[in-house]
Parts: sequence; C-alpha cells; structure tokens
Amino acid sequence: MTEFPPRVDPHFDIEEYDPEADLMALNMGPQHPSTHGVMRIKLFLDGETIVKAVPYPGYLHRGVEKLCEKLTYVQITPIFDKHDYVAPMTNEQAINLAFEKLLGLEVPLRARVLRTILAELQRIASHLLWLGTFTLDIGGTIGGGASMMMYTFREREMILDLFEALTGCRFHYNTHCPGGNRHDVPEGWETVVKAVLDAIEPRFDEYEALCDNDIFLVRTEGIGVLPPDLALELGQTGPVLRASGVDHDLRRDAPYHAYDLVDVRVAVDDGCDSLARYKVRVAEMRESVRLVRLLLPMLPQGPIVGSKPIKSLIQFKAAAGQVYVGMETPRGELGTYLIGGGDQRGAAPYRCKIRPPSLHAMAALPYLLPGHFLSDVVTVLGSLDPIMGEVDR
Amino acid sequence: MNPIVHALVIGVPLLTFLMGGAALATWFERRFSGKMQTRWGPTVVGPAGLLQPVADALKMMQKEDIVPRAADRTLFNLAPLFPPFLVIASAAVIPFAATIDADGAVKATGVVADLDIGILWVMALAGLMVFPIWVAGWAANNKYTMLSGMRMVAQGISYEIPMVLCALVPVIFAGSLSLSDIVAYQAVHGWNALSLSPSAIVGAVAALLFFLASLAEANRIPFDIPEAESELIGGVMVEYTGIKFGIFMLAEYLHTIVASALTAVLFFGGPLGPGPAVLGLGWMLGKTLVLFVLIYWIRWSLYRFRSDQLMDLCWRILVPLSLVLVMLSALLVAGGFA
Repeated sequence: MTEFPPRVDPHFDIEEYDPEADLMALNMGPQHPSTHGVMRIKLFLDGETIVKAVPYPGYLHRGVEKLCEKLTYVQITPIFDKHDYVAPMTNEQAINLAFEKLLGLEVPLRARVLRTILAELQRIASHLLWLGTFTLDIGGTIGGGASMMMYTFREREMILDLFEALTGCRFHYNTHCPGGNRHDVPEGWETVVKAVLDAIEPRFDEYEALCDNDIFLVRTEGIGVLPPDLALELGQTGPVLRASGVDHDLRRDAPYHAYDLVDVRVAVDDGCDSLARYKVRVAEMRESVRLVRLLLPMLPQGPIVGSKPIKSLIQFKAAAGQVYVGMETPRGELGTYLIGGGDQRGAAPYRCKIRPPSLHAMAALPYLLPGHFLSDVVTVLGSLDPIMGEVDR
Repeated sequence: MNPIVHALVIGVPLLTFLMGGAALATWFERRFSGKMQTRWGPTVVGPAGLLQPVADALKMMQKEDIVPRAADRTLFNLAPLFPPFLVIASAAVIPFAATIDADGAVKATGVVADLDIGILWVMALAGLMVFPIWVAGWAANNKYTMLSGMRMVAQGISYEIPMVLCALVPVIFAGSLSLSDIVAYQAVHGWNALSLSPSAIVGAVAALLFFLASLAEANRIPFDIPEAESELIGGVMVEYTGIKFGIFMLAEYLHTIVASALTAVLFFGGPLGPGPAVLGLGWMLGKTLVLFVLIYWIRWSLYRFRSDQLMDLCWRILVPLSLVLVMLSALLVAGGFA
C-alpha cells in the first residue's frame, strides 16, 4: 500500500493562510492556451506554489438539457455530437441507448457490433488527441510537444477518414438513431479498417519511446496524485479512476452494445499520478485496437436498423417513464437520464440530464493542485482530460 | 589600420551576417520543424518560402502598437531595445577567420574588437541580458509577465555560474582571456574539446556543459521556462505587439547564433581546420551552423523542465561538475599536460 499525502481541504479559507506570505491571485483562463477550451481556474500562489485552486466552469454553457425538452428524440442526436466534441461518436450512442431503453426498441446485432467498433475507434482517436495535447502542455507549442502532437494527429486523421467513409462526416456524424444506425458499412470498409489498425499499432511503440524520456517522467511522476478513495468519492470514472487503481469499466461490468461478445481487458494502474493516467490511456488504445480486430469478423449480415423505419420514429410519442443509461466513453461514464414525455409532451422528453465524466474530473482539481507548482497545473489538467463542451453542456 | 575603419570593415559584414542569419534562422527553424513533424513549413512566399522572414517582418511592422494602460510606458518601450544590442555587442570579440604569419604561427582575425578580456566582455553582456527581460516583465504590469521575469532572473543568474566556470577551462588552458589567444592556443595544441591530448576529455565535458548553459541563457527548450507558453502563455512577451515583439524574437534567434559561434571558438577551434587558412571563415561558419542546427534539433525533440527541476539541475549537477572541471584543467596545466 502506497502512502498518499494528506487530503487537501478545497474549501480552506485563504485568509487563514500565513499572513506573512505574499499571496498572488492568478486567474488562469478563460482565455488561456492550456485550459483545454474556455475554463477558468483561480489560483492562489505563494511564489510559484499553489495554495488554493478554484475551478470555474460555465463559460461554454449552452443550455442543452433544456433544449432537449423541445426536440424530438431523432432531433436530439446531432446536438449530443457537440458535447464531447473530441468523441462525438460515443456521445451519440449514449443518448440513443437511453432512447432505445425508454422506447423499448430492439437493436439488430449488426448495428450493435458496428456501434462497438465505432466506439472503440473513437476511443483511439480521442486518446490520440489527448496524448497530443498532453505532450503539448508539457513540451510546449514551440518544441517537442508540438512534434508529438503532429504525429498523433497524423494517426487520428486516418480514423477520421474511416468515419468519413462510413458517415460522410469527419466529426459530427449523426449516424445513430433510435433502433439502429443510419449508415450501413460501405463496401470494402472492413479491409480499410484493418489496414489502418495495422498502420497505427506499431506507432504506439513509437509514442512510448518518445515519452520514455527523463524530462517527461520527471514532469509527470508523482504529479497530481489522486488516491483511490478520493477518486471514488468524487465520482471519477474512466481512465482517471482506473489510473487510481480502481478496476471499473462499464464495457466489462455492465455490457452494452456488443461488448458481451468479447472480453475486455481493462487497463488499471496503481500509480494514481499523471504518469499512470498516461499509461492507462496508451494501454486502452492498444486494447481498442485488439477489440476492433476481434469484432470486425463478427459483423453479421442483416439489417442495420430495427423494425421501425426512421420516419416513423419522428412521431414517437407514448414513452412515459424514466431511464438511466451509463456508457463508457473515452473519458469515463457518460450517464444519460431521461424522463419520457408521455402523451402531453408529444415526441419530446420531459427531462434530460447528462452526467458528463469531465465535470467530475474537473472536480478533482481543487484536491490535486495545492502544493504543486504553477507549471504542474497544465500537467494535472491535461492528465484529467476534461472537454469543456461536455463539462458545461 | 585605423580602429574605426577596422571596425567598419569587419563590423558591417558581421552585423549583416548576424541580422541576415537571424532572419534566415526563423525560416530555417520553421522548415526544419516542418520536416520533423511530417508537414511542410513555409512554402508560399518566395522559393521554398525563403522570403517568409521578410513577410513576417513587414507584417509585424504593420501591427498596431499596443501599450497596456497600466504599464510603465517608458520602461515598456525601452526594454525591447537592449536584448539585440547586448547579443550583437558580445559577438564583437568573436574571431571569425584566421591568418598564418610569416613564421608559421596561426593568428585569429576577422574580429571587430580583439579585446584582451574577450571572455569577460561576453560574460558581462550575457549577465546584463537578465535586466531588459526582467524590466519588460515588470513594466507590462501583468502577472504572467512578472512570473516569467522572475523565472528569467532566477534562471539567468543560476546558469551564468556553470557557463562562466566552463568558459574558464579554455582560458586556463590558453592562459589568456582573449578569444584570439584561445584560438591561437588551439592551433598549436589541438581543439579544446576534440584532440588526442588528455586535456580534451576535460574540454569535451566543459563544452557540453557550456552548450547546455548557453541553451538555458538563450531560453531554448528544454530550459525555456521563462517563455513556457503552456502555463505563462508567452512569458515577458505577452503584452508586446508588432515589431517590439519581433525585436524580442530577433534577439532570441541572434542569441542562438552567437552562442553557437562562441562554443565553436572556445572548444572547437573556431576558424581552425584542415586546409589553407583562407578556409578559416568557412570552417567557423560551418561549425557554428552545426551547433546551431543542434540547438533547433533539441528544441523540437524535447519537453520542458519545470522551474524547480531546472534549478536542481543547475545547482546540484552543473555547478559542482564545472567546479571540478576548472580544478582539473588547472591541475592539467600545472602538470604540463596541456
């Protein structure tokens, strides 16, 4: 059992700090190159050491949950693309899983397997972008970090090309609908996927070699230590939780899509620090490659949408009741809570609530930052991988 | 020769070389990093994008000159003037060519001012470099620039020590503070960092440390924490716009050229090399170029240290090691090995 530093009190009154110290309040963001979007962290610095950190989300709030109450189930899907704009595919799937549970729709096996493949490809793409931006935070936009980012983007482009071939869009796909997928697999897509995976997999070794240098290690090792008990208390999920040594993955523990057909090897690391979060994510990318390779031959023949055609879905009305569906996105558990409208609301849900994993990751910042240096803020923030579109919704 | 005429004859080409070199350095860096990162870099303006620096300079001159309302106007406007001045002035004592006397002795020439205290002059100017940066950081009245200025002072003061100590090694070997004498010494005894004599081991380690310390002095990755754009956005240059920002950048590129030239002179024989002495200028420029490329190679490969780790590296490793090197070189000279 490793020793963890004593827990920080995030509500600690700054007035009670040593009155001799010349504290400086520094607003990091909302316009700052390293806050991953528009986020503000108010830092109280003693020299360069952080005494207290208060994150202020909300600069990207668009009122999406309220908007959902006005739209039909089919119309909601493309909006969900824009939440976690680094992994739109999984976001779409999350809301459609909730619809399907609420409406009681059967998804054909072909669509389920395809969704699993898409989710895993999206995980690789998302983690690649994360790796690029994380090294950018450590290494600088004019320096080694930028070189790393260019390499990861090169591979990410390949995956986006796959999505483009399938859906016609590189980013906001709108390829899922309640009961199945809109776009069926084009001819020869599987061979292209295999070729892309073959090209990408050896590159992971290169990334690990690039990151296996002393400067990367001293910048990440022991930075932002999140003990498992605190991680659970704060509701962390996904790679952040698994890097704290908690073996929890919805793909294996509560299978959805076609995850029950394969066995998911969950990557867990006991390091609890930024380096562990890096290791977990790289291991997940490798695992995703393996899963896609396993699933591609399993893609059965058959329909891609359920019995009801999409047009009739627009008129879906009678769906009262409430559902919660959790799904393992690249960032963690994306929960969707829906209350169906019933007859009064027409085709719109009565209430939609999203549980974004990034918001919970950000909640760890006040615990992780105090005691570290100003330079570590970007390391810790980067390792938690928050996406502001998802945090603020 | 009249000293003024001498300074003009050598100084004007040197200045042209430095300024042109700095402009080309920006082009080179962008092309080089482009090649490293599977992209093109500038290609549009001029052949192979060679006119890109001109376009950049023109663009910067057209930008609105913004001075923050709360800034100290005088100091804010004054600060950008000094870094290029200090860097160019330190280049004045670097010999760029060599001649052979009637009696066969090699003599370094192509130097604007062959001061007896050449090294001291370079180090003094390098020490002064901290001030304009700190003044710029303070005068902008911005918390980020101030943090950056403080980091700069801490880093500049710390890394000066190993830098001076390592520069002392060739000084002890040659028994003179003049850069020309150091070159003349290397003509007889072989390059300080690359020869068959036992002193070359000490010289090579000193060259490495000197090169690292000059990377830190020039704010290059992995030691560019004062600029650290991930957390400090752009360091002291955050509030500067247009050509004032451009001058800071110019000084940074000049600094890398001068640091490479200085390392070449102190440890790698400067204008010395096989072939007739006429080739001296070519040798000097070639060695400078190799070291210069090395700086950019390092910059685009490595990540950045944290400020406290930087200080650790300096005070726990570089300073003790360079002290040992100085003592070893003194022992070598006393023992007659160098």
